[in-house]
Amino acid sequence: MSLLSQHIQAKKAALRRLATKPMSTLLSALVVAIALTLPALGYVLADNASRLAQGISGRPEISVFMDVNAAESDARDLERKLHSDPGIAAIRFIPKAQALKELASEAGLGNVTATLGENPLPDALIITPRDDSPAEFLRLKEGVSRFPGVAHVQLDTEWVQRLDALLRLARSAVGALAALLGTALVIVTFNTIRLQILTQRHEIGVSLLLGATRPWVRRPFLWFGLLQGALGGVIAWGLLQLILIALRGPATRLADSYGIPLEIAGPGLLQVLGLVALAAALGWLGAALSVRRHLKDGVATD
Amino acid sequence: MIRFEQVSKRYPGGVESLADISFEIRQGELIVLRGHSGAGKSTLLKLIPALERPTAGRVLVNDQDVGRLPRSAIPYLRRSLGLVTQDSRLLYDRSVLDNVLMPLVITGLSGKEAKKRAHVALDRVGLSGYERAMPITLSGGEQQRVAIARAIVNRPAILIADEPTAHLDAEYADEIAALFRSFNEAGVTVIVATHSESLFAARAPRRLSLSHGRLVA
Repeated sequence: MSLLSQHIQAKKAALRRLATKPMSTLLSALVVAIALTLPALGYVLADNASRLAQGISGRPEISVFMDVNAAESDARDLERKLHSDPGIAAIRFIPKAQALKELASEAGLGNVTATLGENPLPDALIITPRDDSPAEFLRLKEGVSRFPGVAHVQLDTEWVQRLDALLRLARSAVGALAALLGTALVIVTFNTIRLQILTQRHEIGVSLLLGATRPWVRRPFLWFGLLQGALGGVIAWGLLQLILIALRGPATRLADSYGIPLEIAGPGLLQVLGLVALAAALGWLGAALSVRRHLKDGVATD
Repeated sequence: MIRFEQVSKRYPGGVESLADISFEIRQGELIVLRGHSGAGKSTLLKLIPALERPTAGRVLVNDQDVGRLPRSAIPYLRRSLGLVTQDSRLLYDRSVLDNVLMPLVITGLSGKEAKKRAHVALDRVGLSGYERAMPITLSGGEQQRVAIARAIVNRPAILIADEPTAHLDAEYADEIAALFRSFNEAGVTVIVATHSESLFAARAPRRLSLSHGRLVA
């Protein structure tokens, strides 16, 4: 009998065991699914946030804010000087009056700005460097800061970098959560298989008496763990889709209120297959550990 | 075919079950192993399929020292033997046919050929027509006959039975004894352990008697 036919036979036996107790199978698969859904949801949300940050950051720029008391001619003078820098692709001058106008119209603060006695905003220059490298940004920032009348130089990528760092932190947290819940999944399968071995103790003993090899006895349990894990993975994908459908509307409305275009994307085909494969692998691992532990301790007749 | 050479078996805790046992069983023999309860019959029979390993000496089956077999080879030794235990060890959630098919499934035989062999085995023990019955619905004697059908379905050259009639009344016990005789007449080497003096009393060509772990006759 070939190894392949032995595995087919073991898989059929495992499927029979799964089908014999549908409620128990469903409950175990649900436990697996819930353990997988939480980190999978975290991963999908972090992925969406990351893509959103990339989408709205655009080309990195440097904002140069002049002193509020500086004359417009100082800013114009600085603009002329910077044009000679080969590292700069474009410079846009924003007079303080225009900045106040934009603030009133775009941010919806018209009522607030109308009550101001004088314009508190400075003149500003928006510089687009040719090179996006952090070193070039730093060079330009330091160079521009030395000009007289310059109050503050801000890299517009800073908030994106902060968001990126935040997302990295979130991804690490999701990773830690996935590791914890993955371990829980292995333990759940370990215990399910332990109970199966106990209930089938007599059958295992008879099989060994009749000449079954240990791999022959182990295989159906390994397949059981693998199939239960895979079933849990499929259910986890379904749960994830339901949660994303529920989140999509409120998240889009929230983003719209900030003027940010947002559409939450679900996991792709490869990610879904990865989720199911990971669940199957963890189920197999739990089963393998259980079989190794419990078939060694007295169930076998030899 | 089977040779015991100065075999001793001591269980953990110091209980000596067998002491310095030597004998040989030739192909085609019918051996009746007698002795009171606790004499060491079961231990002796367990050494042949390597369910236990001797503490000293050698147990040879077809010139193979079963006490030194690697663990991975033991299943193949057991497949070449037919084993019947006193409590039948049937699977009560499976039909009679499924129970008899089990050794064939383990060896990878399935489908029509396997079913044909199972039907022949059931026919040999007089249980044709019981294929779909569940073991729990059968009498003790019938259950033991299912266990015997399961033991012979792989066509073993050696049949080992440990107290196969222990829980049966005299009528059923004689039926089982007759079955073992018929297998032996067909060329199978049969070793039966029993504490009964009357069973196999007539026409048993060879007896081995154990007392307190020692061979006395």
